[in-house]
Amino acid sequence: MATTKRKRATTRADNQASSDDLLKYYREMLLIRRFEEKAGQLYGMGLIGGFCHLYIGQEAVVVGMQSAITGDDGVITSYRDHGHMLACGMDAGGVMAELTGREGGYSRGKGGSMHMFSKEKNFYGGHGIVGGQVPLGTGIAFNYKYRGEDRVCLTYLGDGAVNQGQVYEAFNMAALWQLPVVYCIENNQYAMGTSTQRHSSSPDLYQRGMAYGIPGEQVDGMDVLAVKEAGERAVAHCREGKGPYILELKTYRYRGHSMSDPAKYRTKDELDKMRKEHDPIDMVKKLLIDGNIIDEAGLKDIDKEVKAEVAKAAEFAQNSPEPDVSELFTDILIDA
Amino acid sequence: MPIEVLMPALSPTMTEGTLAKWNVKEGDTIASGDVIAEIETDKATMEVEAVDEGTVGKIVIAEGTENVAVNAVIAYILEEGEDASALDNVSASSGGAAPAAEEKTAAPAEEAAPAASTASAAPVAASGAIERSDAEPRAMSVMNATQDEKTYTSFKTQTVREALRDAMAEEMRGDENVFVMGEEVAQYQGAYKVTQGLLDEFGDRRVVDTPITEIGFTGMATGAAFMGLKPIVEFMTFNFAMQAIDHIINSAAKTLYMSGGQLGCPIVFRGPNGAAARVGAQHSQCYASWYAHCPGLKVIAPWSAADAKGLLKAAIRDPNPIVFLENEIMYGQSFEVPDDDDFVLPIGQAKIEREGTDVTIVAFSIMVGKALKAAEQLAEQGISAEVINLRTIRPLDVNTIIRSVMKTNRLVTCEEGWHFAGIGSEIASVVMEHAFDYLDAPVARVTGEDVPMPYAANLEALALPQEQHIVDAAKAVCYR
Repeated sequence: MATTKRKRATTRADNQASSDDLLKYYREMLLIRRFEEKAGQLYGMGLIGGFCHLYIGQEAVVVGMQSAITGDDGVITSYRDHGHMLACGMDAGGVMAELTGREGGYSRGKGGSMHMFSKEKNFYGGHGIVGGQVPLGTGIAFNYKYRGEDRVCLTYLGDGAVNQGQVYEAFNMAALWQLPVVYCIENNQYAMGTSTQRHSSSPDLYQRGMAYGIPGEQVDGMDVLAVKEAGERAVAHCREGKGPYILELKTYRYRGHSMSDPAKYRTKDELDKMRKEHDPIDMVKKLLIDGNIIDEAGLKDIDKEVKAEVAKAAEFAQNSPEPDVSELFTDILIDA
Repeated sequence: MPIEVLMPALSPTMTEGTLAKWNVKEGDTIASGDVIAEIETDKATMEVEAVDEGTVGKIVIAEGTENVAVNAVIAYILEEGEDASALDNVSASSGGAAPAAEEKTAAPAEEAAPAASTASAAPVAASGAIERSDAEPRAMSVMNATQDEKTYTSFKTQTVREALRDAMAEEMRGDENVFVMGEEVAQYQGAYKVTQGLLDEFGDRRVVDTPITEIGFTGMATGAAFMGLKPIVEFMTFNFAMQAIDHIINSAAKTLYMSGGQLGCPIVFRGPNGAAARVGAQHSQCYASWYAHCPGLKVIAPWSAADAKGLLKAAIRDPNPIVFLENEIMYGQSFEVPDDDDFVLPIGQAKIEREGTDVTIVAFSIMVGKALKAAEQLAEQGISAEVINLRTIRPLDVNTIIRSVMKTNRLVTCEEGWHFAGIGSEIASVVMEHAFDYLDAPVARVTGEDVPMPYAANLEALALPQEQHIVDAAKAVCYR
């Protein structure tokens, strides 16, 4: 199989998104951002414990990719997973309640920020070991192929995970067996505090599957339409039975690696430039206004709706009781 | 009502910090995501972003203030349509915001902490509100009678290797979701020929040769098991599973719990464990205690061909992740196996291979054979030894062990693995907890020597526990 090297298919060919689509993307991205801001606030209040990795800045990646698949397709990711869950249609209250460690959380408070799942929405975690989700997602794709189902598994990984050995073990088998898996490398340019320049011998992560003949493209991950377009191409490749595909989605996280990371390894100018010039939500907002699809008042209504949804989620997450002490000993083994 | 801006925590352990700088002043309009202040602890500086939009109504804590308690009100934001008069009420009610916040109610995690630490700090007693998970089952299991395997009328002589293959083939015939994956399992017919014939019968969709890529295929099989397939993952030996132990424990064993019961993992990890012969340190290790340590896994270690067949079938049918520890040296040994497709042994039940009255010898896998031979020697010397074949390491059949010790009052444990934190250590603890008053001698552990496995034939023999060690230990606990 020839390796496609679409060098920097960065920007979308043209804007084919309908007005409804744009409004949907705007709302979904805004929901993730407001949700994450609220999570950050609850963390600051001591209501969320442990590690909390926020997705702010990267919203276009999951929203764009999710619009390229159907609800039957699978999604798996690492620990920066709140955005993925919301994009999969999981309930914001259930996600927030898991962050606060409450009974109403998706894992009934036993998983936390990094470990959430929804079988119903085909979201398979939420995994805390860097790179661990890559063979797991490949196994989900193996399962689709084994059963002869026309489904694809989006397997997300960060730029930090691309240096884990198991990622390549998975790439090799996915290519060898032509498994329907799209590896979505969310390159937010920092593996915790180490920039790609300092951790990766080659900055072009979309080429990491070349040795296995896996086609890859680099995509502007701040542009939801570009992500969707590339995502559709990747998913179609899988559905045609041609095996795995790699998308490197160049993105940026505005916050630190986790809540306790002040992110001193990058300049304020770099962050400001991304926020001012490449913000994924502002971009869609501009398309909506410039295209006369909606006016400022209409956007404000959406903002209010989203804010209300997040407020409701936060309230639920604080009012939901802690899990019953008996939960300590449940779900360890299934009764045979 | 004006919105309270609270002093945030940078980490769960932070209780106070310095409000280093205000980036906004009263009257400024702010939007979500705007950086409004900077706070400092001794470890880091962090920007505080606005979560709500509005106008900065009042700054309560001036910049430069040190020791500001987490969750203290540091400012008020006026929502759209509110003016400064809205602050009149709040100022009065939250005058002592900072000190009041010290008694924050928002610490569910801290409330839970004492209970959890109590449980772990007092492993024996079921102290505190929460009882240890195994305290109750342990007590109960002592009450229950041991069930032995069903009695069958028809038997056939089989090697352990054949029994394992038949177990897989029978279960694959019965369930389309069962498949075998591993290095050399298909075309080569198994590195140790355990999967012989499976490719011919089931084809390459269900008998999958993998590259030499343990963590990769273990993770893949685990992902497939999350989706309801039932993979049998063959490790050429369990030594190589060290590459994959992250997925066995972090993914396979923990996901059911982490998902609140949503995602099960019906998978069997099988292959030869322990020492083979003259293969050196990296290929000769017993992993029983490694895996048995972990909740969320079941660990099985068959000895005979009947064990192998009945337990592997049970393992494949079980909805949980199972580590199935075989032994290379046992593969070629023959035993009588019930000639019945429905022959399945219960997981979690030990078998008394030989009854006795003077001393209990507990063993698993290849050590069962050595224990039985030792028992013969002991009988010649007038000591009646009871030999228990554990069959399952986790969950441990505490009942059978305790019952036997109550009868014999003396116990010898046997394993190939090292003594430190070994299976024998666990059994000694369990017996001390449940049958302390019945012991007439300290429990003796027969284990491998505390060294990496040497290659030289004479040294290897010295490193491995032998029949004679068991005889000596049994005599010692009998004070003979």
